[in-house]
Amino acid sequence: MINRLVFENLKHRKLRTGLSALSIGFQVTMILAVTGLSRGMLQDSINRAKGVGADIWVKPPGATAISLSGASMPEKVLEYFRSVPHISKATGTAIQLVGGISTVSGIRYDEFTALSGPFKFIEGGPFRSADDVIVDRWYAEQQNLRLGSKVKLINHDWNVCGIVEPGKLARLFVPIERLQELSNSEKKLSQAFLKVDDPSRVREVISFLKQQPELQGYSIYSIEEFVSLFSVNNVPGLRAFIYVIIGLSIVIGFLVVGLTMYTTVLERTREIGILKALGASPRDIVSILVRETTMLALAGWISGICLSMGASWAINRFVHANLQSEITPDWWPIALAVSVIASLLGALYPGIRAARQDAIEALSYE
Amino acid sequence: MADPIILIRELKKIYHVGDIDVPALRGVSLEVQRGEFVSIVGPSGSGKSTLFHILGGLASPTAGQVLVDGVDLSAVPDTERTRLRRHKVGFVFQRYNLLPTLTAMGNIEMARFFGNVEGPLDNGFVELLKTLGIHHRLHHKPRALSGGEQQRVAIARALVNHPAILLADEPTGNLDTENSDKVLTVLRDLNRRLRQTILMITHNPEAAAYGDRTVHMRDGRIVKET
Repeated sequence: MINRLVFENLKHRKLRTGLSALSIGFQVTMILAVTGLSRGMLQDSINRAKGVGADIWVKPPGATAISLSGASMPEKVLEYFRSVPHISKATGTAIQLVGGISTVSGIRYDEFTALSGPFKFIEGGPFRSADDVIVDRWYAEQQNLRLGSKVKLINHDWNVCGIVEPGKLARLFVPIERLQELSNSEKKLSQAFLKVDDPSRVREVISFLKQQPELQGYSIYSIEEFVSLFSVNNVPGLRAFIYVIIGLSIVIGFLVVGLTMYTTVLERTREIGILKALGASPRDIVSILVRETTMLALAGWISGICLSMGASWAINRFVHANLQSEITPDWWPIALAVSVIASLLGALYPGIRAARQDAIEALSYE
Repeated sequence: MADPIILIRELKKIYHVGDIDVPALRGVSLEVQRGEFVSIVGPSGSGKSTLFHILGGLASPTAGQVLVDGVDLSAVPDTERTRLRRHKVGFVFQRYNLLPTLTAMGNIEMARFFGNVEGPLDNGFVELLKTLGIHHRLHHKPRALSGGEQQRVAIARALVNHPAILLADEPTGNLDTENSDKVLTVLRDLNRRLRQTILMITHNPEAAAYGDRTVHMRDGRIVKET
């Protein structure tokens, strides 16, 4: 019976119920969008790292695994790697930030494709001049680029010579010499990729490299180790950022539901008096508000999931080159808990106020 | 004579408004026998409503003794007064006070819910719905009912748990003459046929005449009984 009253009350004020649920929905969307983006972007990084096809990654001293740092490793180190037993191929890239978290990778085309395999060109082909750039399909779609289009990166005009399928290391590739020249890091690399002649010898080779005095301080990972580093914990500040978003969500939910329930209690003062005259205890009154709040939180949660799916689709559709989003069903229960807890906290004061409402005053409320 | 269903001795009620004490009841004594229909009349501020609120368990007395169907209301906690409202008292208000989001039946079921009554409506109550003339209007919400219909639904809701006393506070105050007559006739019928004890506040001498006797109040005291 109480449930029917709660349902009818919510139905009675459709607009307010809808807006409250939507507000809670945005709170849920904030959480799911942030976690979806974190996971989507990390997964995209993993896919692109695996797409290189290397067995071993080498980072220079001081560089973290997931770094966007410039080139600092001498290029001649590649000659050394090639001399190591069982290393069949070696290549290196220079990375340069081009705004936000977008980067351009400098490669030696033949050396890189020899290790990684050929690019899957949708249009065009390899570099024909030092000022050419190869872009992946997502970047081309997002920036409306065609073959021959001009792209300005690092204060330099580049000519699009090829559009490739995404999934290999980066979205933008340029000849390494020109990138090194533009970033004042001639003969320097940001990272090196090694291919081993027999995959079963990867551990052995890594172990050998780590023992070499001239490679002290270098980070040397197998591909499995490397991609395992792409987690929320290894991105500086990401976990804290997610916690901040959850905290903000709780505050928003608390305020929205607090305000909604406060106006509800004021508006229903007379009805609370009627319920008390019928024999409702303070506990019954609180129970009604708690159920109403929980229903709002549930409706908000469902709308939040739908909104987050929409947001994820829009991100992947319109800004796929910069941001990648995944649906994160494992976060749905957490988002539900957050929305219910925040909503119940918001309903706390209005609930206490309603429970303590004097029945006689309530019945004479105009 | 049997024990009275309502026994009031030297009842006092003082409201504290800021630093000022406002006496609403200044020593009221009254006995009501089971099955009586008592009208209470008096000007505004005479203490009629306060007396009702105390009898209905909505307010606590400041001093004196109040027994309703054996329950001493002078020294009971809020939980006991809540129980009294659930099982021993039915309210009918001037402004009907139906829950607007529920249908007429929903309002009646809500009272049954708080009274811990389950199962189908008993035959006696179904008959009562017919007597009240609302049995065909039970699935309408209050806004779709006339004032007279709403008040008859309120009477049905007040009686669904078979309370010991029915407290009617100006039940015809918002009704036209025709609907007032219908409601008063129903109340008298309930009293005569089912021996339902009724206390009714009214300003209207014609309405008061429906009762077995009339208690006159002024300035927080009973000044006359007719």
